[in-house]
Amino acid sequence: MIVTIEKDFAEVLKVTKEEDNLFIFGCAGCATLCQTGGEKQVKELGVKLESEGKEIIGYSVLDVPCDERIVRKEFRNNSSIRNADSIIIMACGAGIQSVQKFSPIPIHPVLDSLFLGTIERIGKFYNYCSICGNCVLEDTQNLCPITRCAKGLLNGPCGGMNEGKCEVNSELDCVWVLIYEAMEKKGNVNNLKLFREPRNWVQSFVFKSE
Amino acid sequence: MKFCDILKRKEFVVTCEFCPPKGTDLTEMLQKTELVRPYVDAINVTDNQRARLYPSSLAVSRILKERGFEVICHLTCRDRNRLSLQSDLLGVHILGIENILFLSGDHPLLGDHPESKPVYDLDVSQLLRTASHLKEGKTLSGKKLQNKISLCTGAVVNPEAEPQELQILMMEKKIVLGAEFFQTQPVFDVDKYRKFYDRVKGFGARVLPSVLVIKSAKFAKNMSKVPGIKIPEKYIKRLERAQNPLKEGLKIADEIILALKEFSGGIHIMAPGIEENIPQLKI
Ligand code: SF4
Ligand code: SF4
Repeated sequence: MIVTIEKDFAEVLKVTKEEDNLFIFGCAGCATLCQTGGEKQVKELGVKLESEGKEIIGYSVLDVPCDERIVRKEFRNNSSIRNADSIIIMACGAGIQSVQKFSPIPIHPVLDSLFLGTIERIGKFYNYCSICGNCVLEDTQNLCPITRCAKGLLNGPCGGMNEGKCEVNSELDCVWVLIYEAMEKKGNVNNLKLFREPRNWVQSFVFKSE
Repeated sequence: MKFCDILKRKEFVVTCEFCPPKGTDLTEMLQKTELVRPYVDAINVTDNQRARLYPSSLAVSRILKERGFEVICHLTCRDRNRLSLQSDLLGVHILGIENILFLSGDHPLLGDHPESKPVYDLDVSQLLRTASHLKEGKTLSGKKLQNKISLCTGAVVNPEAEPQELQILMMEKKIVLGAEFFQTQPVFDVDKYRKFYDRVKGFGARVLPSVLVIKSAKFAKNMSKVPGIKIPEKYIKRLERAQNPLKEGLKIADEIILALKEFSGGIHIMAPGIEENIPQLKI
């Protein structure tokens, strides 16, 4: 799922400075799981904005904002949105941009999208995949060097690796050591000597569905 | 002359490294290079060392080349994509620089522009392969070049990093891909280095272990934070106790050099900021 965090409230006030009547969109998908754009957070933000003198025209937790069909239907069926000066949207960048397509009034994103997260429990997420368009996991013991190596190296660790930790942060495992250990268990560490070609980034830029 | 030819001719080879100044006035650096001239076979010129901004290693390498030094120009993957790397390699050839050391490069987060976008479009293995293509007169994408370029290409290995086995595998891989020599991260544990050396000496690429001159306890503690550098507590204690820490640091370096000389085919000296002391070492 897409992991998001809230921008500073001061930032929200700044972008809505000229507007008094606000509508808030939340997200019933990832942002609910992340507790950044679920019903609870939408209402809490509403209360905070009201205490700053704003009027909350209404809110709607979309199921899910990154699906344009749902967004289009919301604008068609919910006429009260038109009474607002702008829409605050608590969703990831994908959700924001589908709302942007249909909204007749200004919209303000109030979350920062961080990464595609694997969830251990609420509030504990791992950044394991950066959706690179060309998955190499088959060759790397299903541990992603594109995302989990700070340099995205494909042919083994850099010289900064030590005691299994990454040079960037000694609390982070060097993924190449994890890959090496997984290979060691299977008795095929020599696979590390196989050369992996430079990545082809084309797919991530030109992919179009249909 | 190519560094590879120097390696062929000489049983014991000494290199040292210079980081260009924080600015464009090379006067002091050039004075120091003159002092070390009689003692070293080649000088490495670092490339935005420790992810901090300095003048181009290519430009400074060329200046040293003009003054008759053999140079080993560093090139990191951190700041360039594959177009820029190849372009610089062709540039290196035009400038008459014959030796190049490939490094992935310390991550920008550790340097003085932590906000920058790291590149790492190629890793060192891929860069070695790319250099082999250029040597054959073609680009990474298979296009023909006017001419072939010739370069002696080196890489880095960290013998003290665990798991060591993984470092050895990486070294073998880099040799197959075209690494002709290696320089290491600073060695402080000579016994451990010797065990590493015994495993890799048959690989066919000369390894120059690095000796870092630690000029003070504070400096040693700071260097211990650099990725890949482990300075034993006993040396830091000696520097703390010493009346003249620099002298003690040189003594420690000499002890390491003497121990390495028993078996190593050379050494690489790092004396950041105090290169003028290199002539005092027992090299
Ligand atoms: S290689 Fe890594 S980033 Fe790319 S798709 Fe696979 S897991 Fe995701
Ligand atoms: S230490 Fe490991 S994970 Fe960190 S940058 Fe180097 S190779 Fe990548």
